[in-house]
Order: sequence, then C-alpha cells, then structure tokens
Amino acid sequence: MRTRGAGRLLGGEGRRMADAVLFEFLHTEMVAELWAQDPDPGPGGQKMSLSVLEGMGFRVGQALGERLPRETLAFREELDVLKFLCKDVWAAVFQKQMDSLRTNHQGTYVLQDHSFPLLIRMASGLQYLEEAPKFLAFTCGLLRGTLSTLGIKSLVTASVAALPACKFQVVIQRS
Amino acid sequence: MGWILVTSATVILFLQNYPLYIRSVPTENELKFHYMVHTSLDVVDEKISAMGKALVDQRELYLGLLYPTEDYKVYGYVTNSKVKFVMVVDSSNTALRDNEIRSMFRKLHNSYTDVMCNPFYNPGDRIQSRAFDGMVTSMMIQVC
Repeated sequence: MRTRGAGRLLGGEGRRMADAVLFEFLHTEMVAELWAQDPDPGPGGQKMSLSVLEGMGFRVGQALGERLPRETLAFREELDVLKFLCKDVWAAVFQKQMDSLRTNHQGTYVLQDHSFPLLIRMASGLQYLEEAPKFLAFTCGLLRGTLSTLGIKSLVTASVAALPACKFQVVIQRS
Repeated sequence: MGWILVTSATVILFLQNYPLYIRSVPTENELKFHYMVHTSLDVVDEKISAMGKALVDQRELYLGLLYPTEDYKVYGYVTNSKVKFVMVVDSSNTALRDNEIRSMFRKLHNSYTDVMCNPFYNPGDRIQSRAFDGMVTSMMIQVC
C-alpha cells in the first residue's frame, strides 16, 4: 500500500515498477563495488565496508525522512514514527509494508520482514547466510537516517535467521 | 529544530534553534528582526508542546499567527523533522491572507526538502543553495 505522498513522488504506475528494479540493481552493484575495494580482507576491512554502506543509507534516509512525511500530520509519539517507518517508508522503498513490528515499550523495536526484497533474489533458506549482512547494511542506515531526521537518535542492526526473512532491531538512544 | 524567518523583511531558517538561513529585505533593522524571531521561538515551542498534549487531533504543521506586535505579525510553521519556519510580516501589509501565508510556508517547505535531498548538502550546514535563494527572493518580491 502506498501513501499519496509516495505515489506522487514516483509519478504513477509505470514509473513505479522500473524504480524498484533500478534500485535493486544499483544496490547490488554498490555492495559488490564496496566489497571488492577492500584492501584489508580481514574483519577490520569488512567492518569498514559495512559502515560505508550504512553511512550511505543514513544520508539517503535523512533526505527520505524530509520528503516522505510532507503531507502527513505531525507525529504525536515515537510509536507513530516507527509505524510510519513500517508502512510509508517501507512501501515507498520496497513496495510492501513491514510484516511485523514489536516493541518492549522501553525503546527497543523489532521490525520483521518475512520476505525482504533485497534478499529475495538470492536464495531461500540458509545457503547465503554469511553474505546476507552486507545486503542489509544500507537499509539499516536508511532506517537510522529517517529516524534521525524525525528527531530520534537510534542504533539499527539487522539479523537474518533464514533468507529472505530478516529482522531489524531499532534501539532508541536517549541522551 | 530549525526555523526559517521570513519578513516583508527577513527570512531565517533554524535548526535546533540556531540559524540555518537568514534573509532580510530591507537589510537594515536586521537585529530587531533577529530579536523578534528569538522571542517568537518560545511561542513556537509552546505551541509544539501544546500540540503533543492536546486531546484534539491538532497536529497541523502550520502554526498560524504566533503573536501580533504593533508593527509586525509573526507566523510559524513546523515540519515533521522539527525544522521551524518563522515569518515576520509587516502589519501594514494587510493584503496577505491566511491561505497565502500557508502557501508560502508550503513553498518554503518544498524548497527546504529539495535542499535536504541535495547530496552535496550536509544536514545542519547553513543553506547556500541558489535555488533556495531564488525561491525566497521571488516570494519576498511578491510580498513587499
């Protein structure tokens, strides 16, 4: 389900379909490129690539956080912002809504996607479990960036038990 | 928490209560406008916190007339990203109606969103976009 805002953004049915595929390809290339350039093949270099990807997602998320909520009314509380993430942001970027949102009401939220579009092309099950994290880094940054524009400082991590289902954990940082 | 101030006169945009964008027409008396805008920030904060507690579905982005002084009227607008826009308009400019103010704020918001989406812009920096300047100029020409 798309919000009116997102629909207006992408300019109609025809363009919407091409957008999704373009983004998937771009994302795949981004991951491949950043991974290949690693001079340090050990765990230190990997962390660097992951944080670069996350940083890119963050900046995109910041812009998205400014553009998407434009027509919506002001958010009344934190949960509203998270719901906005699960419905509107996910729909705008991945053409589907988040499958489940859980919280412990103490600043930790778990967003579950049973069929994450960036993982669905790979395999079902455990085959590429080790490779999955690098395909989630950008999206973690995206969530963190959008939250940051909407005034919430957070830490976002992702975990995969079996492709293509994944969980994003958002921990609100209160200073 | 940024804010933008537009007067018949001045435009200031603030993030976290420090200025992101300042523009004045005419350029004298700028200090007076800065002072007025700082006091109006308090009113904006008040309205925002009132909005949070209100039981009524009062979640509009447009805050309306903040307070009228004898010479000027001050209008406010706040985005979901807590950027505050403040507009100070000459009282003698009675031709400006509420929906015109609203549309000006909408234009400002749209332009600010474009600035935000510019990959060369770091959020939190002063706004130096020529496109934004141009939009503000045309808006102020309309008003003055």
